[in-house]
Amino acid sequence: MNEIPGDLKFLKTHEWARVEDSGRVTVGISDHAQAQLGDLVYVELPEVGDRVEAGTASAVVESVKAASDVYSPVSGEVVAVNSALADKPETINEDAYGEGWVFVVKPDDAAADLEEMLDPDAYAELIENDTH
Amino acid sequence: MNVMTQHTILNATHRALGAKMVDFGGWDMPLNYGSQIEEHHLVRRDAGMFDVSHMTVVDLTGPRVREFLRHLVANNVDKLKVSGKALYTCMLNERGGVIDDLIVYFMNEDFFRLVVNAATREKDVVWITKQAGKFEVAVKERPELSMIAVQGPNAREKTLGLLTPATRAKAEKLGKFSATEGDGLFIARTGYTGEDGFEIVVPESQAVELWNKLLAAGVKPAGLGARDTLRLEAGMNLYGQDMDEDITPFEAGLAWTVSLDAGRDFIGRAVLDQQKADGAKRAMVGLVFDDKGVLRHGQRVVTALGDGEILSGSFSPTLGKSIAFARVPTGTAAKAEVDIRGKLVPVRVVKYPFVRDGKPCEGV
Repeated sequence: MNEIPGDLKFLKTHEWARVEDSGRVTVGISDHAQAQLGDLVYVELPEVGDRVEAGTASAVVESVKAASDVYSPVSGEVVAVNSALADKPETINEDAYGEGWVFVVKPDDAAADLEEMLDPDAYAELIENDTH
Repeated sequence: MNVMTQHTILNATHRALGAKMVDFGGWDMPLNYGSQIEEHHLVRRDAGMFDVSHMTVVDLTGPRVREFLRHLVANNVDKLKVSGKALYTCMLNERGGVIDDLIVYFMNEDFFRLVVNAATREKDVVWITKQAGKFEVAVKERPELSMIAVQGPNAREKTLGLLTPATRAKAEKLGKFSATEGDGLFIARTGYTGEDGFEIVVPESQAVELWNKLLAAGVKPAGLGARDTLRLEAGMNLYGQDMDEDITPFEAGLAWTVSLDAGRDFIGRAVLDQQKADGAKRAMVGLVFDDKGVLRHGQRVVTALGDGEILSGSFSPTLGKSIAFARVPTGTAAKAEVDIRGKLVPVRVVKYPFVRDGKPCEGV
C-alpha cells in the first residue's frame, strides 16, 4: 500500500485533490480505492471544457468487479483529462497518486472547496477502519 | 470477520503471499494476489494454481454404485468403463431443475468419486445420501482432502517434475478427463479454465507442502477473480449464477451433458423428455460487447423475440472486451441490446466458448 502523499486532500468517497502551482487542481482516486476496485478496465473521462460541481459525479472508473463514479472535489472547468487512461486504465492501479491522475480543474474557489476535505492523516484514519 | 467463515488449510499461505481475501459461499478465499488480469494471462500462457479445497469430494462405495449413479445423474455413467475415467454431469431434482453440476470419476465397480461445488456442499450430501438409501450405497464426504488446480500450457510439465518416477509415468499418460493415483495424491487431468492441467486431490496435512513445491517449480498462485474470467472465456457454467434448481440443463446450454438413453429412469427424466419434445422456450447464448463497458449479472437483455437476462458477465482479458452468458428466448438472432445502467447498448450474440487454445474463437 503506498504512503499517502502529504500534499493531497481527500473526499470521504476516496478522491484526492492536489493544488498545483498554477492554482489548478489535479484530481484522482486514492490507492485504497484502486485496491478495493481491483483491476480497472475502462475509464470514462469528462471533456475538456466541461463544467463540474463539487460533489457530483464527473468521471467513471470501471473494474472487473464494478463501475464507480468519481466525484469532483471542486467546482470549476475541466482543463485537462488523462487520455492515456483510455488505453491503459491499469495505470490507476499502478500509480494512483502520480501517473494515474484522472482530470484537472480550473477551480472557482479552491480554498472553499478544499476546506471541506480531509487531510492525509484524517483520510488514513478513515481507511484504517475499512481494511481488515 | 464472520466467525462462521470457513478456512482451507492454505488460508495462512494465501495471506502470506499478499492475497486480497473475499468471502465465497461462506469460505475465506483469495480473490487475487495483486492483479487478477495478470493471473488470468499467466494461466493462458504459462501455469497458475488455484486453491479449490473448498470444493467437496464425496466417495460412493458398494456393489450397486453404478446402478445408483444411473439413477442419480442426467449423463450416462456407463460411458465410464476404464478406471480413472471422468464424466461431467448435472444432478437434477424431480422437476428437471439442476441441483448441482459435478464430475464423476469411475475408480472401480465398488467405488466412484464425485467432486461437487463448495456452495452446494450440505444440500448435495443430504440429497445424495437420501437417494443412496435404496441402493445400499455408502456415501462418504471427505472434508480432510484438499485440492489444488494447476492450469496452463506448462501446468502438467511443472507438476510431473514433482512426482516420483512411477507416479509420474502414470500421470504423464493420462488422457483428458481421466485420473490416477500415486504419491498419496489423486491426480485428474481436468480443470475449469479451458487450459490443460491437473486438479490434484491431496490430504490436508500435505497440501501446504505441495503448494510450496509447485511455487518452487515456477507455478504462480491465481485467485477466484482470474478463475471466473477464465471459465467464462472457456464457456463453462457457474452453478448458482448460470443455472439453479428452477432451470433445466436444456435452458442452461447443457444439453450435451444429458443422455436420454433408452430405458434409463434418472431423476428428472420425465420433465426433460417433455421439454425435448416441446422444445425449450429459453436458451443460453454468448454475448460480446465491442465498446467500453462491462456486461454484468442481472442486466436486462432486449431481443426481437422478447427480454432476457445476463447470467454471468465480466471482462475478458484475452479478448480485451466484455463477454457474458445470457438466457434469452430460443431462436434469438445475431444481435441484441443490453441495458447497462439505464442505457441500451448493442451486443453480438455468439456461440461459445469465446476462447480456445489461448485465442479468440472464430466469429467471437
